[in-house]
Amino acid sequence: MSTIAARVMGQALDRVEGADKVRGLAPYAFEHPVPEPAYLSAVRSTVAAGQITGIDCSRASAQSGVLAVLTYLNAPRVGTDDGELRILQSDQVAFRGQFVAAVIAETSEIARHAAGLVRVDYRPRPHDVELADAHGPDQLRVPQQIWPLFPIETDKGDVDAGLASAAIQLDETYRTPWYHHNPLEPHTTIACWTTEGVTLYVSTQYPAGVQHTVAEAFRLEPAQVRVRSPHVGGGFGAKLPRHSDVILAVMAAQLVAGRPVRFALTRHQMFSQTGYRSPTIQRVRLGADTDGRLVAVAHESVEQTSRLREFAEHATRATPTMYATPHLRTRQRLAALDLPSPTIMRAPGESTGLFALESALDELAIACGVDPVELRVRNEPAEHPLDGLPFSSRGLVGCLREGARRFGWQPRDATPRARRDNGWLVGTGMAASTYPAMQLPGTKVTIRATPDGRHIVSLAAVDIGTGTRTALAQVAADALRVDLDRVELRLGDTAYPPAAQEGGSAGISSWGATICAGADELRRRLSTEYGDTVPADGLEVTVDMPENQYLGRYVMHSFGAQFAEVRVHEETGEIRVPRQLGVYAVGRVVNPKTARSQLIGGMTMGLSMALHEASVLDPRYGHVVNHDLASYHISSNADVGAVEAYWIEEDDPYVNPMGTKGIGEIGIVGAAAAIANAVHHATGVRVRELPITCDKLLP
Amino acid sequence: MDTEIALRVDGADHRLTVDTRTTLLDALRERLGNTSPKKGCDHGQCGACTILLDGRRANSCLALAVAHDGADIVTAAGLAADGQLHPMQRSFIEHDAFQCGYCTPGQIVSAVAMVEEAATGWPSAVTYRHPDGTDGTDTGPVDLAANPDEIRERMSGNLCRCAAYANMIPAIQEVARS
Ligand code: FES
Ligand code: FES
Repeated sequence: MSTIAARVMGQALDRVEGADKVRGLAPYAFEHPVPEPAYLSAVRSTVAAGQITGIDCSRASAQSGVLAVLTYLNAPRVGTDDGELRILQSDQVAFRGQFVAAVIAETSEIARHAAGLVRVDYRPRPHDVELADAHGPDQLRVPQQIWPLFPIETDKGDVDAGLASAAIQLDETYRTPWYHHNPLEPHTTIACWTTEGVTLYVSTQYPAGVQHTVAEAFRLEPAQVRVRSPHVGGGFGAKLPRHSDVILAVMAAQLVAGRPVRFALTRHQMFSQTGYRSPTIQRVRLGADTDGRLVAVAHESVEQTSRLREFAEHATRATPTMYATPHLRTRQRLAALDLPSPTIMRAPGESTGLFALESALDELAIACGVDPVELRVRNEPAEHPLDGLPFSSRGLVGCLREGARRFGWQPRDATPRARRDNGWLVGTGMAASTYPAMQLPGTKVTIRATPDGRHIVSLAAVDIGTGTRTALAQVAADALRVDLDRVELRLGDTAYPPAAQEGGSAGISSWGATICAGADELRRRLSTEYGDTVPADGLEVTVDMPENQYLGRYVMHSFGAQFAEVRVHEETGEIRVPRQLGVYAVGRVVNPKTARSQLIGGMTMGLSMALHEASVLDPRYGHVVNHDLASYHISSNADVGAVEAYWIEEDDPYVNPMGTKGIGEIGIVGAAAAIANAVHHATGVRVRELPITCDKLLP
Repeated sequence: MDTEIALRVDGADHRLTVDTRTTLLDALRERLGNTSPKKGCDHGQCGACTILLDGRRANSCLALAVAHDGADIVTAAGLAADGQLHPMQRSFIEHDAFQCGYCTPGQIVSAVAMVEEAATGWPSAVTYRHPDGTDGTDTGPVDLAANPDEIRERMSGNLCRCAAYANMIPAIQEVARS
């Protein structure tokens, strides 16, 4: 394979929908004008486990303007086995915050007030919600369902012997807390049920997924379900799986058939209904010789899932890809608790796992007296450490060198707590990062060429803020070898051919590879059937995403190097991060402007992960206490200093015809470790449990 | 209970009936169909709903509509008079100071008001940190272009989960400079 020539790709174009977004005119799910909308407000369980013993809807129903109250007694039976989606199907409660009833009313004020009047009585059962308490084989199991791309557990050589014989040995446990995605646009659905089927406006990363889930749950044909998602206010993984809010909205729409139902989750509700990143408890053992060459790596992670739907964060999944070692072992355990289901959150596995591994590497560098950048270079593998396959491209060393140069890493005195500036302790730290370059199945694209030279490219892809609308049009222009203004890209609607989810940093790669195949097919037909002239009524082709013939022959990953400068106030422990700098090897960059935004966005979310965010569980009741944006702090403008993202030139002919490797997630990977390592350099305190807060730094 | 109120929104006069529980934000979005201000939290914690309320930035989710009968409201849509984007809007596009765009109308309204506040000499928590020990109450106009920390501080009521902050700073500096 060779990559297609870039004429439009590579240009730093402004977002095509920019003028709409800066005026607030680009419609998000809630904002689509629909006639006479009804409003839905949900009632959630107040116990973590138990049985509903009575529901009294009389006061709610008596409110003027209430159209209906939904409970398990009148809700339709849904045709899905997914426990998280099987809401209002019985009197059982599986976690605190699960939907137990909902009110449909003429206005949002009435719906909300009436929801508060629904009285639900429970017989609670004892619940099990604390990961740290889960012990033993009964409670900790090996996960079943991990993305098939990654082995659940890995073994190579004899780790125990390798560790025992190593001159330098390290054995530490790292912890990461619950995190909530908190996209700024709450999960929202407008559902309209008619005799023909159901039309939905949904805030989703996967319109085709919503279409199929709703069709299955409500026993409709997929063609009877239309999902529209022209603009999505962020997702970060939360809007990738289907959650129960969509099911509840469709149930309500069915009950008041003919009237559109608007349902926006409240910020509070998002903390129990839309997934989260599982906490992790990770043990990392490293064995190395005195000059820092690894002889053994063992990484184990314990995570939580719910009893309704299994999801494993899989924090160990990046470890086998990172460094050369003769002995390697990874282990994964999951505890199923009486809690909501965790899910994919920006770089699941990598972001938590590399916090642990890259903190451990920093500890190893200190133990060996080797510079942290040099330590990583020394352990660079020639091929994939686990299966011996070549990498399609591997730019880690290039990123490390370029990052060190740009950051001004050297000269650096490795002694901790050695630099002071006006009452502040100053330190620098770094970490490596990686993320797999993937292509996800399930995309088709239709390209229609018109005699006046336009090309209409349609597929049910979405732009969740990543810049799809702009970058994918750039890909299409180069695939079709035409100017950008000859391309009309249509997306965000299941009326178009199905598209894989916006996830796994694979949007551009999956959709773009399909567009390239469509462009080839269009050219082939034009030349063989039409003498290279578009017929008067146009020519349309529809193609599936092609298989990548190099899968299984090469290992495909992005890499990066993260650097951070940290200042910790000597007396208060206040932590500031005046500078973050990342250099990435991500294949070809389609749009440098939007790409850079994604990378700095990831790095800033990594800063937030390192210092600010943690969902606090109340073990007595099984819910997250800080369920709002005042107490679940995400980085605000004043928390963020200079954030610089760069990339090295990389031509990868094996990943896909564009040579793209994905950029949505790698920015967060390693960012927290770089900050934690800088905190150690500044203060001499090794914080192995995120977030790093000032109490952990004060003596 | 319903009450009739008058609102001037982006230059157009409206009479509308609202529930006394209706917030200004919901009055705009659900009654008047002006969805330029966004709802991110409904609790005054994110800034997505920021509007100019009688000339000053305000979280419209924290204001009850009935309490603002006769108010003059400007949303991000109204900043673009006659279809011409406001310089702040152009600068946000040029610097890619947003990704998903959901916080963006609020950020822009907030930034426009903030530039004005700084020019008028309103101090911020950062203004007070004067190395010479003066309390900063008498600083006069604050030079935002030269003081990015002033912008960071003054824009911290508007959260951006996509984290376009590092691009907002030069976007706002450029407008403040001109
Ligand atoms: S919606 Fe008003 S501050 Fe968040
Ligand atoms: S651009 Fe998405 S929240 Fe700011």
